[in-house]
Amino acid sequence: MTRLMNCPDPSPAAPARRTFFTQAGVGVALLALAPGVRLVDLARARAEDEPVTSANRWGLLIDTDKCQSGCDECVSACNEEHGIVGHGRPETDAQWIRKVDLKDDQTGHELSIPVLCQHCEEPPCVDVCPTGASFRRDDGIVLVDKHICIGCRYCMMACPFQARSFIHEELTGQRTHAPRGKGTVESCTLCVHRVDKGEQPACVEACHREGHDALVFGDLNDAEDQLTKLTRASATRELRPELKLNTSVRYTRF
Amino acid sequence: MLHGLTRMGGMIRSFVVLFIFALSGSAGLFADVAKPQIPASRGAQCVEPVEIMRRNHFEFIVHQRDLTVHQGIRTKRHSLAGCIDCHSTKTAAGQYLPVNAEGEFCQTCHTYAAVKIDCFSCHAAVPTEKISQSP
Amino acid sequence: MSQTIFHPSRSSRAFWGTCGVLVVLVLIGLFAAHHMESAGHWVTGMTNRVVWGMPHVFAVFLIVTASGALNVASIASVFGRSDYKSLSRLSGLLAAALLIGGLSVLVLDLGRPDRLIVAMTHYNFRSIFAWNIFLYTGFLGIVVVYLWMMFEPRMNRFVTRVGTLAFAWRIILTTGTGSIFGFLVARETFSSALLAPMFIAMSLSFGTAVTLLLGALVFRLKGENLPAELTGKLAQLLGYFVLSVGLLVAVSHLTHLYSAGHQDIERFLLIDGRPYSLLFWIGQVLLGTLVPAVLLLSDRFKRAVSVPLGALLVVIGGLAQLYVLIIGGQAYPMSIVSGFSESSTFFDGVIAMYRPSLPEWGLGVGGMALAALIFLVGTRVLPFLPVPTPDQPRA
Repeated sequence: MTRLMNCPDPSPAAPARRTFFTQAGVGVALLALAPGVRLVDLARARAEDEPVTSANRWGLLIDTDKCQSGCDECVSACNEEHGIVGHGRPETDAQWIRKVDLKDDQTGHELSIPVLCQHCEEPPCVDVCPTGASFRRDDGIVLVDKHICIGCRYCMMACPFQARSFIHEELTGQRTHAPRGKGTVESCTLCVHRVDKGEQPACVEACHREGHDALVFGDLNDAEDQLTKLTRASATRELRPELKLNTSVRYTRF
Repeated sequence: MLHGLTRMGGMIRSFVVLFIFALSGSAGLFADVAKPQIPASRGAQCVEPVEIMRRNHFEFIVHQRDLTVHQGIRTKRHSLAGCIDCHSTKTAAGQYLPVNAEGEFCQTCHTYAAVKIDCFSCHAAVPTEKISQSP
Repeated sequence: MSQTIFHPSRSSRAFWGTCGVLVVLVLIGLFAAHHMESAGHWVTGMTNRVVWGMPHVFAVFLIVTASGALNVASIASVFGRSDYKSLSRLSGLLAAALLIGGLSVLVLDLGRPDRLIVAMTHYNFRSIFAWNIFLYTGFLGIVVVYLWMMFEPRMNRFVTRVGTLAFAWRIILTTGTGSIFGFLVARETFSSALLAPMFIAMSLSFGTAVTLLLGALVFRLKGENLPAELTGKLAQLLGYFVLSVGLLVAVSHLTHLYSAGHQDIERFLLIDGRPYSLLFWIGQVLLGTLVPAVLLLSDRFKRAVSVPLGALLVVIGGLAQLYVLIIGGQAYPMSIVSGFSESSTFFDGVIAMYRPSLPEWGLGVGGMALAALIFLVGTRVLPFLPVPTPDQPRA
């Protein structure tokens, strides 16, 4: 599902107000049906030879009421997208996104949320990396440059969310858009290969396909973006707020 | 006298060694290593002239990877995926052979030149998506 | 004060036999590293939860000890105690050997040790790790220069200046090593400004202990004992260093115990975390602090065996301390959502099981053996050891 939405040009024969109502009606219907789709793409998709800039800040909003316990479609989709397979060794197998079941210590209230790399604005993993392999792209996505990662795992120690995985074995059958190899560290890339093409992350698409729509992707720097409007309208929080990391991934209050 | 003889012997020895090297270069004295048999590629022509590629392909790839990873620039011309798209060979059954497998494109030259490459511990060695051929 | 004369160690069956054993251990370590690198880290006990394991315990121990081992030379050059001068050269060699051993373990455990060149050419200066690369290699360079100042009579007048630089560098280096853990804001078990001074105290303690142990070994191999008076002074110093480490550890735990938020982690480390609580009380506190303090400081227990036994127990206690710190600190689950119990397929909320594997033991012990081997061979090749003065009793 692309973010680009082409609005039909009104022909001279149709009166302007009819076109207006048609468009508005379509717009409202779409808003009700598919919250992940933007009505009008004000910013054109970036050309493939243009560098990313800080004009965009990609983010994710996770609706903790809509996220279902026992569902892990986002995890399956991520694994499928990036060719992540288990080796029967859960302690060393990579996980880019995981479902965490929570239970309030005081009240017993239970819920389930996906936890992934939070793409912090002040990432501890970027601070500690000795070679600079762990870095934050200008548009907010935190990545590992696996060409210069030496596999020291210091970023894994530093991550407040246990978001990073180390590749403990020889890999084969990698996807072209997701190179991964033994001895380096990796984590959720916010599906950077999709985002760069103007698409949505695989987990967001999968959640939408399942009908839960608990994951919303968008541009936090765009005031008209649905994501930004939702974060303004409802109460949201980041994980471990006391660390003041200013994460790009936010959760509705729970 | 002994000192003079030793110096003479040293000079003669140097000349003999230089002569052998000169011979080996021109007449292929050590020519028992076969030149690599590079499999034909599936594209019409490479994105750069062969002579330039032979000497500089790694510079293109390394420069491109930094642009892609850090700046999100995903032009196809010098992308590794673009290379693999053309330079991988297909079996009769329609399966792609990895470019670093025995006798395949990357491996033949790199074995000949004895330069170990690190790309395919992480990167897919077969095409998994269609990469457009436009530069 | 008469001028000390130095000579190399003596060749003997015992000397080369010891070196032979060390070479075998080093080879086992290299083989273990190769196995880990070619098969991948799944053959070790390290996981996505416990990312630093046994090799790091040994590596950090060796690096911290290396810094402290130079202390004997510092006492002579910087603090003007010329009675320690006879051990200055040995101290410098030991410091360099221990650091090389520690760095080898660290590098060989990397996921991509073939990318060492990358590590030496790409630096992120916000990372204390990157600073440490400079501090460690710089330390080696300074020790070499320091030794040169000691060896070359015409350069002896610079010993104090270079020694002071080496002393300051060591303090910064050990602060940097402690800060590797201290700067980890995410983890309540590590994030603490106290770790830097604690590591400095640990370096003095472990460094003096290993100086006494390896010094005694190399002297025995040439048929002598360490100078008795110096040994007595160093033993006493070691006792005080051990107590200072104990004080800092006690303060750290007491401060945590005072806060409600830290009760769970303290209960884990001190009471029911297996094997961490056992290692803490028996390894670190009893064997590593109380018994050595008594052996080294009390007059009643002065035996010939007290000093070497005390030093050995300090080393064992030090390894236990680092195991509890590094591995215990990772085994305890990090709380991602405070106020909630967590569970997931990635082992959130559960204590991580970690058991050191054979390759990890091999690599760690190999590093210790490498340090000892470099030290011994160094003493054979160059005059690091003092010729015994007539008043010293022969072995």
